[in-house]
Amino acid sequence: MERVKIALAGNPNAGKTTLFNAVTGARQHVGNYPGITVEKKEGFARVDGTEFHILDLPGTYSLTAYTQEELVARDALVDERPGVVVGVLNAAALERNLYLAVQILEMGLPLALALNMMDEARKQGLTVDAARLGELLGCPVVETVARTGEGVGELLRAAAGHARATGGVRAPLDISYGPDLDPVLARMVARIQEEGFLAGRHPARWLALKYLEADEQVLAAGRAAGPLAAELEGMAERVADHCQRTLRTSPEAIIADSRYGFIASLLRQGVLTRPDGPSRADFSDMLDRVLTHRVAGPLGMLGVLLAVYWATFTLGEHPMRWVEALFGLLAGAADAALPDGLLKSLVVSGVIDGVGGVMGFVPLIMLMFLFIAFLEDSGYMARIAYMLDRVFRIFGLHGCSVMPFIVSGGIAGGCAVPGVMAARTLRSPREKLATLLTAPFMTCGAKLPVFLLLTGVFFPGAEATALFLITLGAWAAALLVARLLRSTVIKGPSTPFVMELPPYRLPTLRGMLIHTWERTWQYIKKAGTVILAISVLLWAAMTFPQLPRERAAMYAAEREALAARAADPGLDQAARQLLAERLALVDNTEREAALRHSLAGRTGAALETITAPAGFEWRTNIALVGGFAAKEVIVSTLGTAYSLGETDPEDAKPLADRLRVDPHWSRLHAVALIVFIMLYAPCFVTVVAIRSEAGSWRWAAFSVVFNTALAYALAVAVFQGGRLLALG
Amino acid sequence: MPQPLRLRELKVGQRAVIHTVSAQGELGRRIRDMGLVPGTEVEVVGRAPLKDPVALRMKGFTLSLRNNEADYVLVNLAPGAAG
Ligand SMILES: Nc1nc2c(ncn2[C@@H]2O[C@H](COP(=O)(O)OP(=O)(O)OP(=O)(O)O)[C@@H](O)[C@H]2O)c(=O)[nH]1
Ligand SMILES: [Mg+2]
Repeated sequence: MERVKIALAGNPNAGKTTLFNAVTGARQHVGNYPGITVEKKEGFARVDGTEFHILDLPGTYSLTAYTQEELVARDALVDERPGVVVGVLNAAALERNLYLAVQILEMGLPLALALNMMDEARKQGLTVDAARLGELLGCPVVETVARTGEGVGELLRAAAGHARATGGVRAPLDISYGPDLDPVLARMVARIQEEGFLAGRHPARWLALKYLEADEQVLAAGRAAGPLAAELEGMAERVADHCQRTLRTSPEAIIADSRYGFIASLLRQGVLTRPDGPSRADFSDMLDRVLTHRVAGPLGMLGVLLAVYWATFTLGEHPMRWVEALFGLLAGAADAALPDGLLKSLVVSGVIDGVGGVMGFVPLIMLMFLFIAFLEDSGYMARIAYMLDRVFRIFGLHGCSVMPFIVSGGIAGGCAVPGVMAARTLRSPREKLATLLTAPFMTCGAKLPVFLLLTGVFFPGAEATALFLITLGAWAAALLVARLLRSTVIKGPSTPFVMELPPYRLPTLRGMLIHTWERTWQYIKKAGTVILAISVLLWAAMTFPQLPRERAAMYAAEREALAARAADPGLDQAARQLLAERLALVDNTEREAALRHSLAGRTGAALETITAPAGFEWRTNIALVGGFAAKEVIVSTLGTAYSLGETDPEDAKPLADRLRVDPHWSRLHAVALIVFIMLYAPCFVTVVAIRSEAGSWRWAAFSVVFNTALAYALAVAVFQGGRLLALG
Repeated sequence: MPQPLRLRELKVGQRAVIHTVSAQGELGRRIRDMGLVPGTEVEVVGRAPLKDPVALRMKGFTLSLRNNEADYVLVNLAPGAAG
């Protein structure tokens, strides 16, 4: 069977992933925000007896190698050797979209063009002569609407045909770069061909252009390849000098101008026809006049965020109860079915409580991501970045930091792992690093349960307000710490805010559901794997080593003595009651002694010397240590720690009730704990994500150490301050 | 021919044609990649609530950039434009 490998390349937000999903049936994340796809994705499809192997690439505006997405896209184009590249163009902004297509042609790759978003272009009255454009560029051009699947079949046939006809290579497109660059380009090309320099990897003229653009990746590869590199660099430097002196410009600028000049002349040859007369104000511009208005804009933004909060918690309340009830039933059934002993303790305390504590929040997480998906896919998220850029800049961040913050839990309930990955759209390493290191402060879906628990117990009736305050606190912490980092360890100028504001679009239900499900499934999967494993491990740490035999025997003897006395038929009701209470007390003391004796208990108790100033006792310490692995574990471990020491395990009183009556806990304890959990080390998975985005373990380690130290300092300050003011 | 203005000086609703882009390095590259090259027509369609960044309509899409970045772009007012 015929096999064709296709790479989808194009500007951010041109609809590549939508096309990819339409062709392969995949469910990749799409969104109306530039830079959603940050990694190469693969998929397969069989159409008309042809096997298609399709690569979805991150969107880029150009093929320089300055950002990670550009590098990913360019390396894929060079290394994956696709049979044909499909250039996905937003037909409504054809001129800018062709800028990348032209560079792909200059690389000598066979190209088929998809004129996507034709529905929007037609609505604006634009007509594009696809056949004419194809003739001029020597490649097939097909009109598509990726959202509805219109033209997708034809596009695939055309692409496969082009791959067959060209055999995967074609003569690179030659553009004239004017009298200042053309001569030197010709000389460089001649030298490159003479020496066979980096032959087979790049066409000679493309290499020469990259030398003129001073492309770091190519310069490095050249230096490793041979002595011609120095000669080429010298030629490039001389012409750059010359341009600077005589024209006060750079070769790079001349190259960009010439490419756009080439495109403009293409379009003028009957390719693009605009409607006559002044273009009517379009729908997006009108909406923007309200939504980014000086006064209405910020108010609206606040309103939207509040509405998302309110809706999530009101709509999520009942489903959350149902899930909790379900796990309660499960625990009850296991309790009844299994004999007393280690196995029962493992199943009930370790597995069901551990996983159930996490799964209860699935409805909230789903709703939260559904709303985030709506904000993103409608185009509003890009406006939030636009409106907040000025504020974020004060803190050394960038308008595009908003998205990673919100995904991490800036609207409570996100997750720092995709949040950290979303930071990739930030082009500057400095702002990106500051965003990476502060995004984990946000209230992710895993911290949410602890906060809900604590606010529910200690601030009953004011949970929503308390949670809103916690979220504001997280934002304040993130911004202030970012400012601190940007003026100490990651100093440097800010990056440009050159961002495309996509038009408002009605989100598709499918797109929103994919996004929501993708995130929710991640959360569920984590509950079923990582969290389950950690729960079991922690259960073991909290159970072993068991009490030495003599001590267990001592408690058993005490119990027997009490039972024997209770067996006396002559006892009256009050005396019986008293005996039962003493029996329960013995049970309780034994369980607490057992927990203290266990590995986890000893660790927690040892940590008390450090954590006492912040008001954390040993059981909290166990939960916090578990939280290093995954924040979800905090709530489940607290649950287990308290249920292991419970007076009567048959009476599965929820953790909340236990905390309410526990003499150790007060509002002040709760607040100090909230502060600590908000700020301390990111969970293990996030640390790994930070490492891969920041490119070194150094920053990942920094985030663990620095965040924990900061969290500790503030928790102590809150607790001791509160003590002094006699709040606790 | 009147003296070119800085892009920052345009008011919302004004149209202009790019005269020169003097930005170098990364900023220059990114501005040019987006199609902000001499000869391009732009219209200022809005400013963020704190007056910065600015939103430009050009070549069929909307681009936003900060005022201090817009300072590297000189423009000529489009003939017959409002303002
Ligand atoms: N009207 C219309 N909208 C489309 C079409 N194709 C895609 N979209 C929408 O355009 C937006 C961007 O789509 P994506 O598929 O995420 O774009 P992308 O090219 O993968 O973007 P990046 O991953 O950021 O590079 C989404 O809101 C899509 O629903 C189309 O043909 N017509
Ligand atoms: Mg994509």
